[in-house]
Amino acid sequence: MRNFLLTSLCLLATATTFAGGYRVGLQGQRALAMGHTGVAYVNSAELAFFNPAGLVYLENKINVSAGVSGVFSSVAWQNESTGQFSNTDSPMGTPFYLYGSYAATEWMSLGLAIYTPYGSTVEWPTDWAGSHLVNNIKLAAIYIQPLVSFKINDVFSVGGGPIFVTGNVNFNRNANRTLTDLDGNRSNTTIDDSGVTNWGWSLGAMFNVSDNFRIGANYRSEIILESTDGTATFADFPDSPLTPSNGQTSFTASLPLPAELTVGLSYDCKKWVFNFDFTRTFWDVYENLDIKFGNGRESINPRNYKNASIYKFGLGYAASEKFTLRAGYYFDETPIRSGYFAPETPRNDSNGFTAGLSFAVSDHFAIDASFLYVRFKEVNESYDYVDDGSSFGGTYKSTAFVPGIGVTYKM
Amino acid sequence: MKNYIKIMALSALVLTACDAELDNPIEDGGVYTSGSADFSNYVAVGNSLTSGYADGALYITGQENSFPNILAGQFALAGGGAFTQPLMNDNLGGLLMGGNPLPGFENRLVLSVDASGNPGPVRLVGSPTTDITNILTGPFNNMGVPGAKSFHLVAPGYGNIANLPAANPYFIRFASSPDATVIADAAAQNPSFFSLWIGNNDILSYATSGGVGVDQNGNLNPATYGSNDITDPNVFASIYSQEVDALNASASGGVLFNIPDVTSIPFFTTVPYNAIPLDANTAAGVNEAYAQYNSGLVLYAAGGAITAQERDARMIKFQEGQNAVVIEDENLTALPNPAGGTLPKIRQATAQDLLLLTTSSKLGTLADPNDPSSVIGVGVPLGDGDVLIPEEQALVTAAQTSFNATIAAIAQAKGLALVDARATLQQLANGGIAFDAGTLTSTFATGGAFSLDGVHPTPRGYAYLANLAIEAINSTYGSTVPKVNIGDYNTVTVNQAN
Repeated sequence: MRNFLLTSLCLLATATTFAGGYRVGLQGQRALAMGHTGVAYVNSAELAFFNPAGLVYLENKINVSAGVSGVFSSVAWQNESTGQFSNTDSPMGTPFYLYGSYAATEWMSLGLAIYTPYGSTVEWPTDWAGSHLVNNIKLAAIYIQPLVSFKINDVFSVGGGPIFVTGNVNFNRNANRTLTDLDGNRSNTTIDDSGVTNWGWSLGAMFNVSDNFRIGANYRSEIILESTDGTATFADFPDSPLTPSNGQTSFTASLPLPAELTVGLSYDCKKWVFNFDFTRTFWDVYENLDIKFGNGRESINPRNYKNASIYKFGLGYAASEKFTLRAGYYFDETPIRSGYFAPETPRNDSNGFTAGLSFAVSDHFAIDASFLYVRFKEVNESYDYVDDGSSFGGTYKSTAFVPGIGVTYKM
Repeated sequence: MKNYIKIMALSALVLTACDAELDNPIEDGGVYTSGSADFSNYVAVGNSLTSGYADGALYITGQENSFPNILAGQFALAGGGAFTQPLMNDNLGGLLMGGNPLPGFENRLVLSVDASGNPGPVRLVGSPTTDITNILTGPFNNMGVPGAKSFHLVAPGYGNIANLPAANPYFIRFASSPDATVIADAAAQNPSFFSLWIGNNDILSYATSGGVGVDQNGNLNPATYGSNDITDPNVFASIYSQEVDALNASASGGVLFNIPDVTSIPFFTTVPYNAIPLDANTAAGVNEAYAQYNSGLVLYAAGGAITAQERDARMIKFQEGQNAVVIEDENLTALPNPAGGTLPKIRQATAQDLLLLTTSSKLGTLADPNDPSSVIGVGVPLGDGDVLIPEEQALVTAAQTSFNATIAAIAQAKGLALVDARATLQQLANGGIAFDAGTLTSTFATGGAFSLDGVHPTPRGYAYLANLAIEAINSTYGSTVPKVNIGDYNTVTVNQAN
């Protein structure tokens, strides 16, 4: 039953990547509407993700936030030297979050967070020009985290907890640019694994400089998902001792979910609140995607990501008793170096524009809506490390539209 | 909440329409231009090289990688229309007539690994399903007919099943009527653009038969030619010009291909002239067997019946190591054998003799399994049909040179694009052509350019030819059709034969 639940959650969480790498920055509708800021913003249970140290400053005894986003993303690619072109046809991604906190004492709150910070779904047309790099990929990781938050004194608090991660992966691509069976079907390999688990942790601190000015910091540890129990399926290979046999074998691969550090501030003045967050994601852990198959074959894919920063700005305005309006902007640096631009995560630098509102249905219950538009510049890039020595590239353009809906409950 | 669900559903609809769009999308057209050419109705005419024939057969995936089909795919980016081909029924390639296998039209070759682990070309086992009595409904943009010579394209009845074996089973499948000609069927489509690559078989069938045919230079009636003969250059010139005129009548332009050298095709360059390894003892034994022949030559030379040069060329001598193959040479002087009959017209091959690829399976084997001295190439000479000797090569070259002059002159006169296939194949044979994952060469099986029959290109080879056509077309017509990446195209097919 537990596995079933986790698998179902994973399916639900399958998100289309739109942030740098395969980071999915959609961890709270209120924060997202303000440029995905929140490390120093004490407002709702969304703090469980952004900075658990702040949970203890929430006014209510019980706080719950939950939400889901619909990610509509697409990528267009073309190569003007050959005339080849293609577009992804990725399904809607639905990353979600569920946070809760309980003020056990005046100086300690307990919490629980379930969220999906990493994931990617990219579906190119089967056998497209870059099919030797990816036909389709689906990654999802769900973080489940019990939390505790301590108020050291009125100006300083800390919070954190262990993270349990369960992830799944399904990745199909062609064996190379040309190999087929006798009937011209492209030889391809699929790796599939689910329920890959590991542990990590996060720790945050919050400092109240004054009644209306806070600063915060939060660190989430790196977690490496080691896949060892999955199956690799070789299909449509020719019948020959010179090529791999068709059928299933095992594989091992590891995918890092990088650490991130966020520092930021929140300043409120009358009906207004201004947030600024700076996030550094330690992508340099993602050096290679190496897949070792049970039949002795290997697939070595250099990634060589670099650490990347996100600069986020958010503004909130309490328009009335019932309505709070929000807007924000962030600049998200790509962790991908030039020459390593692979179509499985075809992301360059992006600008995120956000807006949203909360509607307080009652004193206890509010509905939160957000909207994010991610704008990527058109970019000429290539992946220069294809194992036959060739390079795959062209002009890429990505966009993402992400409407989201959530609820906030406090008592 | 209900409202929110509605809003979500609505925004889902709206947002799926907001797909990423490039500033200048190829998909919407307008990136490439056709210049003064019109690619809307491209018709390709020729022989096996136009049809997509490879690995000793015509089969679907080969046809999909025919150079005209690749070309048409790129034309589609600059106003090109649909391109239809008379596809075979399967990927085996063999032909049937009335349910029975048609002799001489076997399945394709695949690179198969034998019991001792060595890969080599073997005919794919399987029952073919393409029956030539099943006539396809055309017309087809690809009018490539494997085996066709220049004059076949204008010959009525070439697609008439009643005329077999003179008729062509491939054309039988898609001729518009039994007595239609290839050129008339092509011209009837009113091509807006055409390609013509014909004339290869006018010399190649002679060459691949080891020169057993006749050079018909001076004979202006192709109806009297045998299948392995060399076409008279004047016949070629007049027919070729007629064909270009027929295709060009409706066309905005076209591309012509010239005829490559046989010496740049692996079918003639793979088996070395000195393919026989011997140890010292065996060499001495074989020399003893030829001692009488050699001493006879010495006597005839001393008596003036043959020149010293011929004597030296004919003397057979084996030694430890690699040895030249013994071959028949019908151009040697006929000499009576003192012991009765005549001396065999044999000599050892030199680097100038081209041993056909087909000899590789018999060289070194026993002609008579019970006679250990009947090793083919040593005790038993290779026949006339196994080797293209320099005199035969000269006939081929003379005709080829004349054909190519005709093709170049017509291209020039009509303002048509010309692909110098001859120069390209020379380049493939001498160093090769670099691409993004290596070098394309004409080395048999591993070079990437030639399929397992040693004559016809692989898909990658055809893709390269398509690129050459694009280059020639762009420079002639001012078009900007993009080339393909030849690294995206396959080479030889690896598969067990059964």
